[in-house]
Parts: sequence; structure tokens; C-alpha cells
Amino acid sequence: MTDIAATVQPRFALSLGRVGQLLALGVLFLIAFVVLQGNGTLPHKDDSQVFLTLNGVRDWVDANRSTNPVFVYVLGPIRAAIDGLDGIVTSLLSQASWIGLLAVAGALALAFVSWRTALLVIGSLLAIGLLGLWTETLQTLVLIANSVALSLLIGIPLGILAGRNDRFLAFITPILDFMQIMPTFAYLAPLTLIFLIGPASAVIATLIYAMPPAIRITSLGIRGVPVQTVEAAESLGATDGQVLRKVQLPIARRTIGLAVNQTIMMALSIIVIAALINAPGLGESIIVAIEKLKFGAAVTAGIAIVLLAMVLDRITASASGAGLPAVIAIGPLRVPRRTLRIIALAIAVVGLLGGALASAGSSFPAAWHVSIAKPLDDAVRWVELTFAGLTDALKNGVSAGLLDPIQTVLTTSPWWLVIAAAAGIAAIVNSTRAAVVVAVALVLIVLLQVWEHAMQTLTMVIVSVVLTMAIGIVLGVWAARNRVVSAVLRPINDAAQTLPSFVYLLPALALFGPTRFTAILAAVIYSVPAVVRLVEDGVRGVSPTVIEAATAAGASRLQMIRKVQLPMARRSLLVATNQGVVLVLAMVVLGGLVGAQALGFDVVSGFSQRNFFGRGVAAAIGIVLLGVMLDRITQGTGQRRSVRGVVGRLGVGLNSNRASREA
Amino acid sequence: MGLNRRTLSPTAAMLATFAIILSACGGGATPAPSISTPGASGGEASASAVAAASLAPCGTVNIAVNPWVGYEADAAVVGYLLQQKLGCTVVKKNIDEQTSWQGFPTGEVDVILENWGHEDLAAKYITADKVAQDLGSNGNEGVIGWYVPKFFVDANPDILTAKTDPTILNKYAAQFKTSESGDKGQILDGDPSFVTNDQGMINGFGLNYKVVYSGSEAASNKAIQAAVDAQKPILVYYYTPNWFSSKVDLVHIEFPAWTPGCDKVATNIKCDYPPYHLNKVVSTKFATSGSPAFTFIQKFKWTNDDQNAVAADITSNGMSDDDAAKKWVDANPSVWQAWMP
Repeated sequence: MTDIAATVQPRFALSLGRVGQLLALGVLFLIAFVVLQGNGTLPHKDDSQVFLTLNGVRDWVDANRSTNPVFVYVLGPIRAAIDGLDGIVTSLLSQASWIGLLAVAGALALAFVSWRTALLVIGSLLAIGLLGLWTETLQTLVLIANSVALSLLIGIPLGILAGRNDRFLAFITPILDFMQIMPTFAYLAPLTLIFLIGPASAVIATLIYAMPPAIRITSLGIRGVPVQTVEAAESLGATDGQVLRKVQLPIARRTIGLAVNQTIMMALSIIVIAALINAPGLGESIIVAIEKLKFGAAVTAGIAIVLLAMVLDRITASASGAGLPAVIAIGPLRVPRRTLRIIALAIAVVGLLGGALASAGSSFPAAWHVSIAKPLDDAVRWVELTFAGLTDALKNGVSAGLLDPIQTVLTTSPWWLVIAAAAGIAAIVNSTRAAVVVAVALVLIVLLQVWEHAMQTLTMVIVSVVLTMAIGIVLGVWAARNRVVSAVLRPINDAAQTLPSFVYLLPALALFGPTRFTAILAAVIYSVPAVVRLVEDGVRGVSPTVIEAATAAGASRLQMIRKVQLPMARRSLLVATNQGVVLVLAMVVLGGLVGAQALGFDVVSGFSQRNFFGRGVAAAIGIVLLGVMLDRITQGTGQRRSVRGVVGRLGVGLNSNRASREA
Repeated sequence: MGLNRRTLSPTAAMLATFAIILSACGGGATPAPSISTPGASGGEASASAVAAASLAPCGTVNIAVNPWVGYEADAAVVGYLLQQKLGCTVVKKNIDEQTSWQGFPTGEVDVILENWGHEDLAAKYITADKVAQDLGSNGNEGVIGWYVPKFFVDANPDILTAKTDPTILNKYAAQFKTSESGDKGQILDGDPSFVTNDQGMINGFGLNYKVVYSGSEAASNKAIQAAVDAQKPILVYYYTPNWFSSKVDLVHIEFPAWTPGCDKVATNIKCDYPPYHLNKVVSTKFATSGSPAFTFIQKFKWTNDDQNAVAADITSNGMSDDDAAKKWVDANPSVWQAWMP
């Protein structure tokens, strides 16, 4: 990760002059606000023309689904093919007994990673079985397998093309941006409209979300091959195909392996949302548990997802590794790699046959199930009852002190004043070009007639990002300076990133009610880990020579942080801010489910009520436009996007873990 | 299909069939094992399906399960009886109301067991496209409205006069204020897929309230639970029958009763919600399939108390759908026997 982060070159430094300009802009804006408040506002209307037009599109699709050639000859067969694939993979997995699957997973880890990983994999899978979620985990695995296979099948060739062709890269990058910022919720409604409910819709929803990193990282890998190497091959008379096959692909192998790994992690992160269109599995378990307010059951399914993520990560991590040495040490034993692989194959075969002969069945024995739900329920109930009174003050304080004032300013200012201010900020911290993009994005929000809700959402995003950065920088710096803190934070970060946010919504709801605050809390929990890691990484990367020099000059601890480490890690801080914005935005829709109102709620209701389809689609595009705007303000260099692809929304932790393991 | 936990894998179906044949050959001393989901081949041999032997084979029934536990209770009992008594293969699909209707023309969904209104969807799928049919009442009576905890009504009994004078609510607006409702009282609306007239009622009655969307049923229920725990006022959009009403004591604040057409102008409504006679809807394809399951669902009808009992077992007593259904089926044979084809 570090080498990739190093390719980012921020074009600017936030100099004192810029701070002064920003302050001046702020003062001007506030004066204009006081004078003009209430003029040129754009109040929300539920029956605006844009929404009605979009509803018309939906009616057309509904009416033409069975007759239009595009549906009959293109989309229909796609749906049938994916459904068929789902059937095949499902029956393959259900033929193998649970013992057989354990053996295969263990053997894979043994053959390609290490015996320690094999034990970890088997232990994790056994734990899933004991928690009583074996069948659901297999259902999830089928969904992941299908969507990842299709993502890679499409994504890797596109990635290679993007890696070798600048024009194609320029063409596809905004599309990938769109795919990643567009909330998954937003395309569920159109997807079920076109592909109906069933495996096809779930697989495609997952694919849309999981494919961009496959394309981005592959392209990055190809581009990472030194130009001199390619030129040398060409001068020796290698054809284009030879350069690709013999030079670029082998050198980029490790990075492409990372693409596979990231695609899997991304796919795993949306299974709960896919459950809303009847994708069976662990996601469904979580949704059903939450509906019944069963916290323990939701956490149990969440733990199974974390374990599954760990298993898949550890097994696929090897694909990006440099490969095993020829001789492997297991304790005092020295085993040749080839022998180890034969042993692994034997284990897999014996496991599959043994499982079949012992008629162990495709599901884990129910008698061994252990329930951890009750103690979890009791514990969270105690927390709810004990702290309910105290949390009110915090919620009301943040709402009245931060949210309400910002929201009032944004929604009661003239719309053009807000656009001018945002473009001004972009021009100061970034470039004129960025300012133009920001202004265009905001004007489009006006044209979509979602302005007021967009400003409400923007308020929550601003507060969430500020809180995320504050917490993230403190924890990141602390972890970088203290190995114990780092070691303690790492597994917590891993869990916070992999555990579906739905899981902790129940206690958050009990403590803070369905409010904007609860939504902000969820967004902060979701985004802080990535920021912590990036900050920690950046601060650790500060050259030891500089630190020594500062120490010799008598810098105090605070001076060291403020004057040396943070300024030197500026690049990482910028990436972290940008990443924080993207992550917070990803949670906006989920916030709609817990009382955040605004665009998130519009998207959710567009998915669930026919009449609100148009409003939902408009709101979803509004979220993407907000994302583009914030992205341009917080970052502005050409290479930035590749960073987001690699850092991903979920994979940061697992990557940096691997990096440290390999180091 | 094999991994769908609601259906049986082909292997297991074969094993089950095999076991039945074995036990039948063994002199019949041991009763046939009870099978949760007899497949087409296994079903005919099973003892429980013998009664249905004279009927056409049931085949697969796709039941939409909408996201509230009362509905889950309907689906639990209907699904259990279809499997156990008629030898059907039941596939339950957890989807919301609109998506359920969308499933009719494609065969993804055969049955909706508890439909709340949805005149627009009925007009499209039943009247215009003729891909679905209304099978009449399922016996449940739905009440949608504004509810407050009972302790609040006990302390402020005059709030019930809202039936004649809705503006009495303005007296309590300050008590229902939250961080989300500004200087107004908060009416907490629920899941975005639920029908709501609340903004129209606020306008029509001239109330000093703001609609705040909790965003999901779980969020509303959690908010109610927290308010009851702390004995704090809360005003919610709520409905019965609802499993959660057995956990908390809520009182319906009635407004002037609904009359036909009083809610025609969505932005200005001066009456309460209409009573909902919850009905069953099936796809035309299923209705004409000749499956005995169709006749069964046509006759299916039970009370709010029946539904609440099963729903409470599923939620509060931690039973699985099948266990809760079995408990109710064992206790109420006279009710469900009337549904048999």
C-alpha cells in the first residue's frame, strides 16, 4: 500500500495565504447570508416535475418488459444465464458435506499460504458452524463466488485495457467513480425493475459495487511495470501480445492478486443490502434479526461475516504474495513445497470422500450449535437502560449546537450563494478547474429539484467528516507513536470495517433514537478505521532522521506531533480526508433507515414505494453529485483516483495487515 | 435450490424418500419420519400426505413475506400447513410490498397473504394487466393511526378528545418535541414502504407537528421501547395487528372517523386512516394452476388474536417460524381444518 500511496502527489500545500483566503471567503459568505437569508431558497416538493418524469420511465419499463426486444433478447438471457450459474454453484456446494468443505478450505490454505493459516481457516469455519450459521454462510458464499467470478471475468480484461491505453482509462474513470459513489440502495429499485427479484439481481448489484476495484487495481498493476522493461522487450522485437503476456502480466501478477482480494472484500461488504432483494444468506439473517429487534442474533450473523471475510482474505492473500519458498518449515520439520501440496490435495480428497461416506450432510450438525445471543442481548439491554438518560444530552448538544445551525445556513441561503461559496473553496484549496466541476455538480442538484434535501444531507456529511477526522487523527497519531495502541487498535479496526453497520444500529437506536445523530454515529464508526490506518501509516513513514534531528533540537512531544510528524505526513492526511468523505457518503443512505431523513430516506423510500421511484432516483443521483463535489474539494490530483480504488472502502485494513505481515 | 434453507436439497429428498420406503418395508412398526418439505416424489409416499392423494399435486408455492412480523406469522402457518398437509414445496421470499406485486407477472411470487390497501398496485396488476387476483379477506383487520404509550394517556386523558377536536394535540406539541422536530411536536413515521397520510392530516387538522421518518420499522420499535423504558412521551405512526403491541402498551389516538373520499386530497386530510380489511392476492398463473394450495389459500382466514399469538412466539419467545406454526396448528385444529381443500 505504501508504494501506491507514494504515487500520490498533492499539488498544493495549505499555506497560510490560503487559510487567510478561506477565512475571508467565510466572512464574506456570512455577511451575504445575513443580508440575503430566506431569498432564493429551493424548498423541497414531493411532486416535482423531475420525479414525475422518472416515474414515467418506470411505467414504460413495466409496460414493455415482455415485448421490447432489448428485454427479450438481451436482458432476459443475461438473467437466465446468471440464474443458471447460481443453480450450478449452489448444487456443487450442497453436494459436498461440511466436512468436505472444511477439508478443501484447509487444504487450499495449506497449499498456497501456510499451515498456520490453514489452522486459522479451519478454526474460523468451525466457529461459523458452531454458531449455527453454516447453511447461511454457504448461501452467502455462492453469491460471493458468482459475483466475484463475473466481476473478474469482466474487470480484469478492462483493467488490462485501461492499463495499456490512456484514452480508455480517461473514459472509464468517471464511470468507475460513479459506480462507487452511487449508493447500492439506489440501483436496487431499477435492478429489480429490469432483472426482477432473484439471484440475477443480487449478483448484478454486487458486481456493480465490487468490479471497480478489480479494474482500477489491475490497471494500476499494468501501469506499475517499469517503462524501461517494456521498452527493452519491444526493442528485442516482442509483439504487443508478447509484451502483455510475458512482461506486463507476470510483473503485475502481485497487484492483480490484490485486485481479486479486494473484489471479494467489496462483495462481502454489500451482502446485507443485497438481502433486501431476497438474496439469501448471512445478510438476510441480519435483516430478519433486526426486524425483530434481536441484537444478539444480528451480532452472531455479523461475526460469521467477519470470520468468512477473514477466511477469504487469508486464502486469497497468497495470490498477491510472492509465493511460498521451495522448502517450508513447520516447527522443526522441513517440508518441500511440492510435498506439502500433495499432502493438501490428499487432505481435500479424503475430506470430501470421508464426508460423503459418513453422510455428514451439507449442513453442520445442529446438536453442536452454541448460542451467544442471550448474553449479548442481556448486555446490550443493560447498556441501553443504564446510559439512555446520559446520551440525550450528547445527542441534543450536537444537534442544536452543530447540525441545526449549519443546516439553517445551507438551506436558507440563496442557492447561488452556496454554490459560489463551494466553488470558491474549491478554487482556493484546489484549482479553478475543480471549482468549475463543483459548481456544475451543484447546479445539477438544483436542476434535479433535490436541493433542500441535498443541503440537509451535506450538513450531516460535513459534521460526520469533521468528527471522523478529529477521532481518526488522534487515534492514528497515537497508534503511530505507541506500538501497544497500534496492536490493540488493529483487530478493532478490522472488525469495525468488516462487521456490517446494520449490526450496531440497534443499540445506537436505543441510545440515540431515530435521529440524524444516530446516522452520524454509524457513519463515523464506519469511516474512522480507514482514517486511523492512513494517518498511522503516514506518521510512521516520516523519516527517522528528521525525528532524530527534531529530538536533538529539543522538540517536546506536542511540538514533535504538531510541527514535524503531522506536516510531514500531510500527503497521508489528505488521502485520509478524501477517503473519509467517500466512506461517510457511503453511509448516507443507511442513515435514512435510522432517522436521518433527507436524500438517504428518499432513496430508501424510492426503493420501497412505487410512487416515490422518481424521487428516489433523483436523490440517488444527488448523492453521487454531492460525492463528486466533496471529492473535488478535498483532493485534486490526477493520480488520486487510483488511490481510492486500492484503498477501497473496506480493504484498507486487510491490506495494511498483509503489508505488515509480509514486512 | 438445495442451499435455500426453506427447501430441501435433492440429495436429502432422495434420502428421505428412501427412508420412507425402508420404514414401509420394515413392517410399518416405526412411523414414517415427519418430513419438513416433501418433494413431489417423496410427498406422495409420506403418511401425512395420503389424505391429499386424491388431489392434484401441489407443486411449488412462492410466498412473498413482507417485512413485518405479523405477516411472517401468516406465512409461517400457511407455509407449515401447505408443506405438512398438502405436500407442497414452499419457497418464502423476504421482500417488500411493491417488489412482491412486481413478482406476479413473472412467476417470482404466487401469493401475498396480507395486503394493506395499495389501490394503485391493485389497479395495475389486477384490473389493468389481469396478472393477479384478489382472494378476499384474510380475517385480519388492520388499524393504522397515531399512538402514544398508555402511561401518557393515563396522565393526560383529555388527549383522547382528539376524536372530536384534533387540535387538542397542539397542547402537547412541546412534550413530543425532539432534536429532529425543531420547535414543533414530533410524529414519528415508520418504514418507508408503509402507507402514510400524516403530513396531510397535520395540514388538515392544523397541527403544530412535524413528520419525522424513522426510516424503518425496527427504528420505530426501538424508539418506542426506549421511550417506554424511560417513561418519556412519544407519538408514533403505528398499526395493529402487530407483535410489538404485546411488549408495550400503546393507545390509539383516534381522529374524526374516516368517510369515503375524505382523504382524497393528499395534502389536506381531515379524517383518520380508513379501516383496513387485509386481503390475500395471488397471481393469475397460480389461480389457474389447479394446485390444491390455491383452494387452501382462498379459504385461509384467521383473527388478529391468532396472528398475534404466533407472532409473539416468533419474536418474544424465540421460536422458529415452523415451531411457532406447529404450536398454533396443534392448538387450533378446528380453525385450520376449515381451510383444507
